[in-house]
Amino acid sequence: MTYWVEEKEKNVHGRVYIIKDRCKQCGFCIEFCPQGVLKQSEEFNAKGYHPPKLVETDEKKCMGCGFCQMICPDFAIFVEREEEEDGKK
Amino acid sequence: MERSEIKFWNGSIAVAEGALAAGCRFFAGYPITPASDIAEYMALRLPQEGGVFIQMEDEIASIAALIGASWGGAKAMTSTSGPGFSLMQENVGLAAITETPLVIAEVQRAGPSTGMPTLVGQGDVMQTRWGSHGDYETIVISPSSPQESFDLIIRAFNLAELYRVPVIFLTDECVAHMYERVVVPPKEEIEAVERLKPNVPPEEYMPFKPINDIAPMATAGMGYKVHVTGLTHNEKGYPMTTSPEVQEWMVRHICDKIRRNEYKMRDIEEYRMEDAEIAVVAFGIVGRSAKAAVKMARRHRIKAGLIRLKTIWPFPESYFESLADDIKKFIVAEINYGQVKLEVERSVHGKASVELLPKFGGAVHQPSEIYEKIKEVKNGN
Amino acid sequence: MEINATQHPMDKYLRADRIPHIWCPGCGLGIVLNAFLRAIDELKIDLDKLAVVSGIGCTGRIAGYINTDSYHTTHGRAIPFATGLKLANPEMKVVVISGDGDLFAIGGNHFIHAARRNIDITVIGVNNYNYGMTGGQLGPTTPLGARTTTSPYGNIEHPFNLCHVAHAAGAVYVARWTVLHAVRLKNSIKEALQKKGFSFIEVIAACPTTYGRRNKMPDALDEMRFYREHSVIKHGIDPAEANIEIGKEIIVGKFVDIEKPTFNDAVEELKRKVKKK
Ligand code: SF4
Ligand code: SF4
Ligand code: SF4
Repeated sequence: MTYWVEEKEKNVHGRVYIIKDRCKQCGFCIEFCPQGVLKQSEEFNAKGYHPPKLVETDEKKCMGCGFCQMICPDFAIFVEREEEEDGKK
Repeated sequence: MERSEIKFWNGSIAVAEGALAAGCRFFAGYPITPASDIAEYMALRLPQEGGVFIQMEDEIASIAALIGASWGGAKAMTSTSGPGFSLMQENVGLAAITETPLVIAEVQRAGPSTGMPTLVGQGDVMQTRWGSHGDYETIVISPSSPQESFDLIIRAFNLAELYRVPVIFLTDECVAHMYERVVVPPKEEIEAVERLKPNVPPEEYMPFKPINDIAPMATAGMGYKVHVTGLTHNEKGYPMTTSPEVQEWMVRHICDKIRRNEYKMRDIEEYRMEDAEIAVVAFGIVGRSAKAAVKMARRHRIKAGLIRLKTIWPFPESYFESLADDIKKFIVAEINYGQVKLEVERSVHGKASVELLPKFGGAVHQPSEIYEKIKEVKNGN
Repeated sequence: MEINATQHPMDKYLRADRIPHIWCPGCGLGIVLNAFLRAIDELKIDLDKLAVVSGIGCTGRIAGYINTDSYHTTHGRAIPFATGLKLANPEMKVVVISGDGDLFAIGGNHFIHAARRNIDITVIGVNNYNYGMTGGQLGPTTPLGARTTTSPYGNIEHPFNLCHVAHAAGAVYVARWTVLHAVRLKNSIKEALQKKGFSFIEVIAACPTTYGRRNKMPDALDEMRFYREHSVIKHGIDPAEANIEIGKEIIVGKFVDIEKPTFNDAVEELKRKVKKK
């Protein structure tokens, strides 16, 4: 049996989706994103929490590892992986 | 055309064979005197019929497994006696609120508590009705012989399926152990009711929305993706734990589907009631000595009759109420310190006197004891 | 830029009309639910043939959120309910998801006997060290010394090591993860779901609201950080050596993965043997 963690692959990026109103601001996605690409926003959602947002500096830093979507207890964040032309799967 | 077969069975075998004839294919139970015979017989017979027998770790697990099996699509039964039945009560409530068909064969012994395990009792009548918390209804059926054990357990399964309700088959140590002739009709003459299934697409299905009192039941794997909960729930089955309207609707529904149809479940043997002035009310094993007592009384020109309840719950209230217009004296003979007596008393609304003839010590009333009581009542003291 | 969305890829497995769930911010239960749904997704399990059974408590609510045949039973009785369901309808995949108190205190007897019989079900036991729904009382897994509402001076009882119990009782698959190990948890659930027989996964989950705040971890994040710093993966270790103590390392991993005939197979075999023509 293999125990694998989705590895970092070259030229793979993630597109981060946030369902703001579901977020309860636990901070898990922010804390445990291996690339540190998420941070708390200033914005309030319908429940009064601050949902996460991407840090503006480097959009391509998200590697689409999907950990944020695994660790979010509230089904508030997910990622779609994008491969670049020259990237291999 | 097959013919009826004549068997020599005790009341336990008759219950088990009747259950199989009714389509029971799942049994979960825990050993307890005097109900183990049913479990042992089911362990032998169920696999032969393609069913599942499992001995669970206790009675709580047994009834929980029954509810699971029923939602799995099987007709399910357990057997137990008073102490085990007490342990089952929380899940009797779960079966009632989730409207789960199942049958509990309860072989009564003398209580309370561990009591007299090998001796007969009839002290569980109220427990079958009020054992779990909150408002709900069950159906309770009581046989007086091995023949009736066979016939009525089939009826118990049919009523469970028809009304989506736990049915308690309230037998007793004597009936369960007594051997008698049992006539088993050919298979095709046995009517086995199957639960109503939905015929609408899953999007439209409401698992707890009654159509003519009963909601069709989608069991596991049918694709209806039903949510079943012991919480107060709406027609969709979703928990509604703070809605007064939903609670009222749900409680009324699980009670009224039984109350409203009481007359359909009514099952009473009347003996020499045509001109009776004194009625002896009995059920189960006592029905037999009561009948003998009535015969003695008749030989002495006392106009006594017998009312034997085969369905105890829902209680035939209106039956007793109208009977009390003509009959002014009732004697309730039961192996306890007054349970059915309370119901008869309540039902006659003060129009007749109701006397209890209790029995202690783990034995059945002798016919002569009942006859003496009839004489005493006749002489008006 | 992040993109705003209204639908989540896992929504198709949830009862849309029951979400958002009732759990507190940072509660680990959402992660367990998520991992379970992803395991189902990856295994492409037919939802029509999956039944989820829960008992009572915060974890007990899981059944009600999954869009499948789901049963929210009485306190402690999820396993016998599941036993009946699976035996009556062998084509169903039956999973019990419930909490430590439900499965191991009030329902402990059922757990050990289902494991002993090797009933073909998967049990996911969420261990958050206390009774969350009723306000944070002492449970069978509360670590020695921990404060709860019913151990205000610190717990004086020895807790269960759930994996050790499962192993000793005969489970064929035993694993433990914390909710921080979400990916490994998901993979373990996949393995357990494919395993024939009684499989058990313990998930250590944060309950910040009623447990964390009485035990110096009021923020779920603190507890998650603790998992990061103190969990050690030790596959194949004897679960007896994986006790959980306050402030000590949490040993996680897959401890047991063996083959043993199941009760369900034995029943089918018996039926074949004695069936009346
Ligand atoms: S997918 Fe991975 S890298 Fe991208 S935001 Fe989520 S956790 Fe961070
Ligand atoms: S993990 Fe989910 S709930 Fe927690 S902060 Fe991130 S998006 Fe919000
Ligand atoms: S009380 Fe604890 S277990 Fe319950 S929902 Fe809140 S955090 Fe979760």
